[in-house]
Amino acid sequence: MKPGDTVFSREVVPWLAVFFWIAVVLFVLVELVSSDFGAAVRGFMQGAFGGRRFAYLMTTLSRTALITGMALSVLLSFRAGLFNIGGEGQLVAGGLAAALVAVLVPGPPLLILALAILAAMLAGAVWALLSGFLQLYVGVPILVGSLLLNYPIRYIASYLVAHPYRDVASGMVQSHLVPQATWLPYFPGTRLDIGILFIVVAAIFTIAYSHTTVHGYQARLNGLAPDFARTVGLPVGKLAMQTLAMSGAIAGLVGAIAVFGIHHRYIDGMLVQPLYAWTGIIAVLLVGMIPWLVPFSGFFFAAIQTGAAGMERTAGVPKEIALVAQAVIILLVASRVSGALLSSSDRKAGGGDA
Amino acid sequence: MLELLFDASFAGSIPRFVTPILLAALGGALCERAGVFNIALEGFLLAGAFAAVVGSYFTGSAYGGALAAIVGGVAMGLVFAEFNLRRGGDAIVVSIAINILAAGLTTYLLRVIFDVSGAFNDAGIVGFRPVHLPGIAALPVIGPLLSGQTVLFYLALATVPAMHLFFARHRLGLRMRAAGENPAALQAGGVSPRRVQLWSLVGCGALCGLGGAQLSIANVNLFVENMSAGRGWIAVVAVLLTRGRPWPLFAIAVVFGVVDSLSFRVQGLGMPQQFTDMMPYLATLIVLTALSWWRRRKEQ
Repeated sequence: MKPGDTVFSREVVPWLAVFFWIAVVLFVLVELVSSDFGAAVRGFMQGAFGGRRFAYLMTTLSRTALITGMALSVLLSFRAGLFNIGGEGQLVAGGLAAALVAVLVPGPPLLILALAILAAMLAGAVWALLSGFLQLYVGVPILVGSLLLNYPIRYIASYLVAHPYRDVASGMVQSHLVPQATWLPYFPGTRLDIGILFIVVAAIFTIAYSHTTVHGYQARLNGLAPDFARTVGLPVGKLAMQTLAMSGAIAGLVGAIAVFGIHHRYIDGMLVQPLYAWTGIIAVLLVGMIPWLVPFSGFFFAAIQTGAAGMERTAGVPKEIALVAQAVIILLVASRVSGALLSSSDRKAGGGDA
Repeated sequence: MLELLFDASFAGSIPRFVTPILLAALGGALCERAGVFNIALEGFLLAGAFAAVVGSYFTGSAYGGALAAIVGGVAMGLVFAEFNLRRGGDAIVVSIAINILAAGLTTYLLRVIFDVSGAFNDAGIVGFRPVHLPGIAALPVIGPLLSGQTVLFYLALATVPAMHLFFARHRLGLRMRAAGENPAALQAGGVSPRRVQLWSLVGCGALCGLGGAQLSIANVNLFVENMSAGRGWIAVVAVLLTRGRPWPLFAIAVVFGVVDSLSFRVQGLGMPQQFTDMMPYLATLIVLTALSWWRRRKEQ
């Protein structure tokens, strides 16, 4: 140990540097629009945490639920060594299935809601299994297979709500409203729908599955040491498919929550444009794939996005500053949280190096 | 039906779609061969497309735009190098971040510089003009295919054999391959693999930047948010499938480019836009599936 090499200089200083650089980048970007930095900061705080009766905070929480859900979905895959970056396609499949079932199937609202959520989870799982099938039986690396599968479903959904199932009278490219009785209710006295409860359940399930069940243990083992898992005779192919199905089902559930909790219909681009899936991925990467930290990083990124929207309203700073901030944070932190994705069996199949 | 699809104007449109994918994929090939797992081509391409419009608008020249596009692409390459090579960040994580960075930064700057959102379409953007090759232009089929294209297309065509020779003969090309295949040997030979990889990222940024310029100031004269629209990912697939060898890469880029122009063509014939938009990705998936399956069978 060199003199002066203390815990402070090793652990704290690099993090201070991270915050310093993030602040510098944001300051420069805000100065570009020659806006008052103080007003921008106030707008940010207001947009992320304020509003009348905390309306904006509720928006942040609602977005947290979606981002955290997508993060949990990819967390399961990543920890099992499956580089599934097709969360967006699975999310769209789920949202589309949920909206179509609720619009087309008549019946008592609660039953329809349950049916629609199940359909969404099934659709998400099927879409995830497609990429698993391509990897296991054809040899297409899941990294590119899952990514490419994002595009067809995006356009299929777009077509369905633009032509056969379009709410023509609305003039927008969107489906009809789902029956009002199936809308997720708000928490009493707030404007926050109960969708977040589904995510809490999904989070408890994910953590319990990953850490208390044999299946979850084996899946993680397969992620950490694929050769070992294969050598000791674990059914690695079956584990991969089951993990992907769970991943996709959670993504599909998130799509259903967005439909029943927020938009009450499927609007073209509503799940793609806000980059929920990609934000979920970086929320997992930010905390080095530690499950119980994921909701916090989900909240963190949700606040950045709603805060940026607030900054745009009050200080005229384009809200895309959120994307830049998120990217800079990941770049700076990715190099500190090392080994996040090492020993991914998929990586070797992808032809890249570590 | 067929003569409706295939005529001179269709042949002439193919190079416009081949060029951006080919240039991006050639850039990706440099990284692939040098052992840099760069899947941020989408972000590089988008940065190039935006920078091209900025450069063209402020210099009043398409070449100024191309130069700016190179600068934009190289800047992304340097960001990649800083965080992956120097700070040791995971290549996939850095790639994802750069793709998000490019999407955010281009949209942000679009609003800051031009005060518009969504798309910037202005008479001040000077695009590349088609170059007519006397003699060749009169030939059937080949004529419209090869003549009347932009400088960027001819540059992309010339880069294919040039890169082949570069990897086979040039000192830096050989070093890049060594950095990819056996960095320890390169190190033992007194050459820093990381420095060689840095050059591969610089080259990749420049080529992707020019690919972006083809999108924004050659095919059209405007910038639209996210106008790379997944073409960088298609280039990534092309690189992975060919393991970065220039000639097979060229073949795959042509296939994807033909499908891309075909999809544009059938849209004009009344097929819903969603299906035609889907075609390049489906084609990529099909090619990827077929080649992977064939390879696996050969190995068994």
